[in-house]
Amino acid sequence: MHAENEKNSKIIEFAALGLMVPIITFGIYVIAHGHLTPGGGFQGGAIMATAFALLFVSLGKKAIESIKGEVLVALECIALIGFIGIAFLGMGNTFFFNFLANSGVLFGEKVPFGPNSGIFSSAGVIPLMNFFVGLEVCCGLTLIFFLIFKGAD
Amino acid sequence: MIIESLSLMLIVLSAALAVKVKDLLISTAFLAVMSLLLALQYYLLQAPDVAITEAAVGACLSTAIFVLAIKHTSRVEK
Repeated sequence: MHAENEKNSKIIEFAALGLMVPIITFGIYVIAHGHLTPGGGFQGGAIMATAFALLFVSLGKKAIESIKGEVLVALECIALIGFIGIAFLGMGNTFFFNFLANSGVLFGEKVPFGPNSGIFSSAGVIPLMNFFVGLEVCCGLTLIFFLIFKGAD
Repeated sequence: MIIESLSLMLIVLSAALAVKVKDLLISTAFLAVMSLLLALQYYLLQAPDVAITEAAVGACLSTAIFVLAIKHTSRVEK
């Protein structure tokens, strides 16, 4: 049915590649501000995965050949190990203990009392865990799409 | 109030059209519209977290899966 018009139009390819940049930027914004605004790791990762879904739908075979499944699996494993590793680092007190909060090192700024507009480098290990969850969700959903598109051909 | 009832009516309308239409690609587009209006409804009900997830997963990711399934089967419902 689609054998004769396998060649993609240049306009669709260019528009998809151009749209990927703002979509991924917005996903990273949602992940980075997960502890201040609505959204977080899962939401930002799903937004980032939509960029890859757009790439697969618009470019087809060319996108499948340019992405390797092993890389996605490796990134997913790194993200999961990072998440559990940070959870185990707080083992001096309890599992998932927020040992970076109010320490002044990484995301460890003290939050002043009273209403404020939100301090970006606060909340301790929560932004780091949001980052790992976002990476894991993005790679997992992209891997699902990759395998579905690959198996269909 | 007007926006809420209007979007609720449009959700029901687009869901009914998605079932009724014979061209499956247009039916998928109606499903995406329904998901987007549902995200607006979640936002009006003070759940922006759920709205972001619904807009990303419901309106984009599931639509992509449907489009791929239609591409490899027939486009018109018999």
